[in-house]
This record gives sequence, structure tokens and C-alpha cells, in this order.
Amino acid sequence: MLEVRDIHTYYGDSHVLQGVSLRMEKGQVVGILGRNGMGKTTLIRSIIGFTPPRRGQVRFKERDITAWPSNRAVALGLGLVPQGRRVFPSLTVLENLAVAAKGNGGRWTIARVMDLFPRLGERAGSRAGKLSGGEQQMLAIARALVTNPELLLMDEPTEGLAPLLVREVGRVIERLKAEGLSILLVEQNLPLALRVADRVHILSRGQIVHSSSPAELMANDGVKSRYLGVA
Amino acid sequence: MDFWISQLFNGVSYGALLFLLAGGLSLIFGMMRIVNMTHGSYYLLGGYVALTVIWRGGNFVLAVLLGALAIAAVGIGEWNAFLKRLSGQELGQVLTTMGFALIFQDLALLIWGGDPYTIPVPAVLSGAYTVGQLYFPVYRIFIVAVAALVAVVLWLVLERTRIGAMMRATVDDPEMARGVGINVYLISMAVFALGATLAALAGAVAGGFVGVYPGADFEILPYAFVVVIVGGMGSLKGALIGSLMVGLLDNFGKALFPELSYFTLFAPMAAILAVRPTGLFGRA
Ligand SMILES: Nc1ncnc2c1ncn2[C@@H]1O[C@H](COP(=O)(O)OP(=O)(O)O)[C@@H](O)[C@H]1O
Ligand SMILES: [Mg+2]
Repeated sequence: MLEVRDIHTYYGDSHVLQGVSLRMEKGQVVGILGRNGMGKTTLIRSIIGFTPPRRGQVRFKERDITAWPSNRAVALGLGLVPQGRRVFPSLTVLENLAVAAKGNGGRWTIARVMDLFPRLGERAGSRAGKLSGGEQQMLAIARALVTNPELLLMDEPTEGLAPLLVREVGRVIERLKAEGLSILLVEQNLPLALRVADRVHILSRGQIVHSSSPAELMANDGVKSRYLGVA
Repeated sequence: MDFWISQLFNGVSYGALLFLLAGGLSLIFGMMRIVNMTHGSYYLLGGYVALTVIWRGGNFVLAVLLGALAIAAVGIGEWNAFLKRLSGQELGQVLTTMGFALIFQDLALLIWGGDPYTIPVPAVLSGAYTVGQLYFPVYRIFIVAVAALVAVVLWLVLERTRIGAMMRATVDDPEMARGVGINVYLISMAVFALGATLAALAGAVAGGFVGVYPGADFEILPYAFVVVIVGGMGSLKGALIGSLMVGLLDNFGKALFPELSYFTLFAPMAAILAVRPTGLFGRA
């Protein structure tokens, strides 16, 4: 489904991703872990095409999408829940969904995501910039879903949320997984990542330094303390 | 009293013309962050193309429409060949669009010569209503009506359609707009074409009012920029209010203090920018 082959991504002269490779199969949830500033968001940006890698390849559904504009990658079936939510603040909740909705007869329609997040239905006419952080996160997830992605990229969807909302986001991710959606999940919340992921990779200074099943990582205190700062 | 009413009317009708010109410039500025120095040329060329259509026997409506459409094509060409490669590079944009403005200026001189012309307006639009001592030219009322119609249609498109929401999403966050699948490339091209069309429409309509003449492009461009900067980039409401303000200030300034007319125009602008650097309705 997704194959990242030895990508090198730069911001100007700064060489951030230094040869990252990973593969994902359909229906898998893959967790990307690592401390702040290690390149997780840059990996997401490289895949969606915001910051295309200078070397290496991103392949999705057997196509080389490395240099594609992001909207083309989304048309092919990538969906993005970006770090920091990035809802369109001057658009209403409904408009945020309408501009993204593909209407391709896929599973997720605007009505369906409003069932999933009833709060969005209640606030359909409000400007997205006026929503609370939790509501914005729901909207960011819903907005990605209405593009009916086959692979969802989620960059720290629980960042800055109250514990109750973290649990709700966790439940949504589990439900999406149960429905067979493939998810590449960047997450700092280790228990959540370990619970939902089929496989985890740890990024450190722009390289993958550890790949395993969640259970193996759970048992490996050395790796956890060295790269994730947990005892 | 009569003096005030007729100056008010003149100011509003000039503001209406400015709105046609600056509305598009503001969208281009706000959405694509392109500082488009060619905008005045679209205005000039729109007038000249309309004039040519009339010389060839076309009627007024056809002339105005063909002027607007021809310049839309020029705008699309310019954007596709050059500007889309220069996104984010202000200096490159200013130099490129300034270069085009100079080229168009010379081309216009070559094709249409140095004489000023007035586009003949149809009989229904000529003449004036008189109320007591007051005198309201029909053509100026027509310009206000055209601008009002354009404002309403633009507002409906921007605020009430999915395409309009996509345009606003692109203003909010162009990268993320792509990230939800919006074809920002097409949207940008459409906005650019729309802006060029409106500028040409303004030029064609102005041809029956202030005329078409060499130098009209660079004469009106500063006004359009003042409107955009005062109103706030990318804001339709800002362009509307800004146009009316500039139209009125310019008119009253010239009528009351002819030797200070630039001062009466630019001093209030400076004051507004000092208080609101993003303009009246602009976002940072
Ligand atoms: N736009 C940018 N310009 C320059 N450097 C950046 C930019 N974004 C991120 N970086 C740098 O790239 C590195 C990786 O950042 P990022 O991918 O955001 O990390 P993470 O998501 O793992 O916290 C950091 O050192 C960060 O400072
Ligand atoms: Mg990050």
C-alpha cells in the first residue's frame, strides 16, 4: 500500500530525514514514535508532498508519488490529519467538510462524520476558528475522512487534548482500524500507540532506529528509555 | 448643499469604478500573494479592445464583454507562463509583472497610437437626470449599478458556493488546502483570470467615462493598490469600503483643495495603516 524508500528530506540546507524507509500493508496501523524534533512531522510532510524528499521515493498504491502535488496524492487516496489541526479558521464547520468532501460514493459522507462526531453537527454553522481545541481536532479528523482515504496519515492527533478527549480520539482510531482503514499514526502518547498499532518505528535524528511489534517495544526498556525518554 | 450632493455622487461613481478594478487585485493579492503590477495594464487593454470592437461595428455590450474575455486570456497566459513559478518570491513577481506592464504599455502605444479616445456609449446610457439644480449623468449611475451587481455576484460566489469556500480555504492555508485535495493550481488560475476580467471590465466601462488613453494604466494603478492596502488584502468587503473611501476622498480632495489632492488622499490612508497595519478588513 505504502512504501517509503530511502528518502532524504531537507528544509533549505538542513538535512532532516536521512534515509528513511518503511512499508505498510493494507489495513495496517503503523505507529511512528520519537521525541520532539526527530523528524516525524517531516516524514508525514514528505509522504503527502508538502516537502517532497530530494532523494528517494514515496510509492503509494504502486505509483511513484514522490513529486506529486499534495492534492493529487489526496485524489489517489491519501488523507491527512496534520499536526496542530490546521482547520480553515474562516470557514464554517460545514464548509471545512464540504471543501474536502469527495462525494465519490465512498463510505464517509458529511452526514456520516457528523454521526461519528455529533458535536460537529451541533456546531455546523460556526466558524472553525472559534471552536475549542478538541472540537478542532474532531473537525480535522472528520475533514480527512470525507476525502474517503485508503491511507490516513495522522500527526499527533491527541496533542494538547484533555484526557477524556484523548480517549475519544483513541476510540475513533480503533473504530477506523476495525473498519479496515490503513493508518500511519505519529503519536507521543505511548500507551495509545502501542494499543492500536500493528507495528511501530522509532525516529531519531531523521533515521529509523528501531522497528518492531508493539509488544516487543513494550518489553524493551533500553530502547524506550534511550529514544522515548520513558523509564 | 448641491455641491455636496453632486460631489458625493461623483465620488461614489468613481469609487464604483475603482471597486471593479481593485476587487480583483485584492483577491489576487490575498489568495495568491501575487503583487500584480500588470493589473493597470489589464484595465488599459480592456478599454482598447472594447474600443476596437466598436470600431469594427460591434455594439457596446459586445465590446465590453469581448474586452473582458480577451484580457482574461492574457491574464491566464501570463500566470501560466510565468507567475505560477514565482510563488512566494515577491521581488520576482514585482519585476515580472512590472516588465509585463511596460511591454503592454508599449504594445498599446504601437497598436492604438498616442491619441486619447472615448468609447461611444449607447443612447440609453447617455444624457442625465436633473433634479432641481442637480445633474446626474446616466452613465455614472450605470457604473454604480455594474459595480453593485459585480459585488453581489462575487459575494454570492465567495460566500455561498463550494468553489468560493475552496477559494477562502486557499486564502486561510494554501498548503493545507492542497492537503485536503483542493486543486489550488486551478483555483489560483481561476482567481487570476477573474481579477484580470474585472480589471478589463473596469477599463472598458471607464472608456465611456474618463476615456482610453496612454498612461491610464499607471495612473490608476496606485489608486487600486491604495484601495487594497486600506481595505485589507483578500477581503471583498475591504475592497468595497476602500474603493468608496478612496473615490470620495479623491473627489472631495480635488474639489476642495485642488493643490493638496494627493495629501487628502494619502494622509487618511497613512493614518489608517498606522492604526491597522493589515488594513480595515485584512487578516495578518
Ligand atoms: N519549516 C522548517 N524549517 C526548518 N527546519 C524545520 C522546519 N520544520 C521542522 N524543522 C526542523 O526539522 C527537524 C524535525 O522536525 P519535525 O519533523 O517537525 O519533528 P517532530 O515532528 O518529530 O517533532 C527539527 O530539528 C526541526 O527544527
Ligand atoms: Mg511533529
